[in-house]
Amino acid sequence: MSARERDFTAPTVQLLTPEGELRPTPEAEAYLPLVEALDDTMLERFYRDMAISRRIDIAGANLQRQGQLALWVPSHGQEAAQVGSAHAARPQDHLFPSYREHIVGIIRGLDPVNILALLRGATLGGWNPAENGNFHLYTLVLASQTLHATGYAMGLQFDGATATGDPETDAAVLVYYGDGASSQGDASEALVFASSYQTPQVFFIQNNQWAISVPVSRQSRSPLSLRGGGFGMPGVRIDGNDVLVSYAVTRQSLEEARAGEGPSLIEADTYRMGAHTTADDPTKYRTDDEVEYWARRDPITRYRTWLEGRGASAAFFDDVDREAADVAADLRRRALDLVAPTREVIFKHVYSEPHPLMTEQSAWLEAYESSFEGGSSA
Amino acid sequence: MTDATQGSAEALETQTAASETTATDASSSDTAAAASAPSSIEPGVPGVQTLSLAKAITAGLREAMRADHKVLLMGEDIGPLGGVFRVTEGLQAEFGDKRVLDTPLAESGIVGTAIGLAMRGYRPVIEIQFDGFIFPAFDQITTQLARITVRHNGTASMPIVIRVPYGGHIGSIEHHQESPEAYFAHTPGLRVVSPSNPHDAYWMIQEAIASNDPVLFFEPKSRYWPKGPVDQAHAGVPLHASRVVREGTDVTVVGHGAMVATLLQAADIAAGEGRSLEVVDLRSLSPIDYGPLLDSVQRTGRLVVAQEAYGNVSIGSEVAATVAERAFYSLEAPVLRVSSFDTPFPPAALETEYLPSPDRVLEAVDRALAY
Repeated sequence: MSARERDFTAPTVQLLTPEGELRPTPEAEAYLPLVEALDDTMLERFYRDMAISRRIDIAGANLQRQGQLALWVPSHGQEAAQVGSAHAARPQDHLFPSYREHIVGIIRGLDPVNILALLRGATLGGWNPAENGNFHLYTLVLASQTLHATGYAMGLQFDGATATGDPETDAAVLVYYGDGASSQGDASEALVFASSYQTPQVFFIQNNQWAISVPVSRQSRSPLSLRGGGFGMPGVRIDGNDVLVSYAVTRQSLEEARAGEGPSLIEADTYRMGAHTTADDPTKYRTDDEVEYWARRDPITRYRTWLEGRGASAAFFDDVDREAADVAADLRRRALDLVAPTREVIFKHVYSEPHPLMTEQSAWLEAYESSFEGGSSA
Repeated sequence: MTDATQGSAEALETQTAASETTATDASSSDTAAAASAPSSIEPGVPGVQTLSLAKAITAGLREAMRADHKVLLMGEDIGPLGGVFRVTEGLQAEFGDKRVLDTPLAESGIVGTAIGLAMRGYRPVIEIQFDGFIFPAFDQITTQLARITVRHNGTASMPIVIRVPYGGHIGSIEHHQESPEAYFAHTPGLRVVSPSNPHDAYWMIQEAIASNDPVLFFEPKSRYWPKGPVDQAHAGVPLHASRVVREGTDVTVVGHGAMVATLLQAADIAAGEGRSLEVVDLRSLSPIDYGPLLDSVQRTGRLVVAQEAYGNVSIGSEVAATVAERAFYSLEAPVLRVSSFDTPFPPAALETEYLPSPDRVLEAVDRALAY
């Protein structure tokens, strides 16, 4: 080895082994009390939400194949990373997703039909974060939201809405992005600003190993968690398929952030079992062996094994399966009922205040459409 | 850009700004700065102050910050230094470093975090140091800032102002003399304005800050230093109104920002030759207020559109096309455009040949009158 440091490794923090045993790695010991503090209801909720996520994934993909959605963005395989981190946030926290965090939105109270409306081409997003658990809109330009989240966290500081010493009211920000997005300049600039202003914020990278068809090795030669240190904040690499560690590490990081201890970064190592979106064909770029390796590390299977070991009943799992099927069926029905927006939507909210081009052009379109025989007014 | 070049470039910028300030502070108000202000404003009237355009913006920012504690300033070197053009001078001392933020040196980061702050209820006013440095933020401005409101079905507004010193005539190095306003006027969801004189600058910055939509505020840096009257009691026309700044009968000439001073000089020269030019100051580039312009063209029958920007696919192109559509039967000649050339801004030694001058405007006026 040369004089230059070439050890770019980081330990993976894990509580639950792929076989479903609670056997913390040395770095995970400190997080165990956070899990021990969870009651059975919460532990069961983790399972339920992961199961719902997977069931919705199937419904979404089917809807796309039937021509009802322009696109579906699957999260099969990433349920533990998403469910654990989402439950780590407190009600007053703000969550800035990328575009794959459907179950995170649902956990925060968002009706997932909003997501289907977006993917069906009926809206550009449209939900009001303030009425949906502070779950902000999907952002399709990679890493843009990392800066919005950082600015929001700066605002929390300026407002004195954080770091007062009361975790029940002090707010923090959780922002999601991926291994591909980590290469965007905005992701680095967000880390610079967050570190500089010591924002109450957690950066949560879901490293699902693939940015569409390009492996994470093209984005980074070292674990993405090491980027935290380069920007002057803690970085932790976790087993992203372990819902318990995802919860515990995010919880700890958010609590530190809201207490005024500054930002931190989590890299959740996980795997996108399906395609990037339904427009993609993963068989062109990855091997069956790799998929099989990750299938053995499935987040739901391992968690179920652990819950069964703790005495969860077969009836519980049956109930969850039924509920997940119901949620997915209901969602499917409501997706099919979504109506196309009327044409005034093109112009209506482009500006907050009156704008002559909007007035002129909407009037023109209205007159044009109405000029045809049988033409309708909006 | 490496640290070394960044350091020397900034040193040069500061030098340029400082030397220009010294050179022009000594001179009193110039005719163009005074003349393009509303004619009712006379120095000596109570409430009317004589200010440079730069200091008029400083005064406007101060008023806006006093009026609304959610207004905060963000940018590079805008704190103790007061910005490379000193526009924010004294504001951090008055309002503190939580309201006047010296940010990290990253334009996309500044705009992106401002969006988050606006989501939280703040009204950020960003200073981009120079026109040519706005492009690292282009993605955040066009794909995010401009669309946040429509993406939220109107439940979120983006009251963000991006101040951009722009334009040539200051003899500076590459990326310091650009006129990039058309990129932003082309983008739905943004508003784009540019004051030409201290009075408008004082009021338009406050109106831009009060707007609930994002506003790109282009400051003609060659006009930063000449002084003119500012009536701090009466605003005059609204933010997005254009205005006739000199009445005339033979040819209408229209422009914005620093070009208005060039047009007024051209009108002075033309008057000496017995030709009467009507000068229109666009003030707002998105939306454009065509009312006064069409009214003027209906009277003169001739229009010359002038701008410092490249001519190809420019604000001037849009104005020419719209006037041709709406005033076709009033026109005695084709609408003519006077622009810079469709090349990168050349080395500053060539800027007087590159930028439209009063003579270049008058050459077009001659052509319009030849029809």
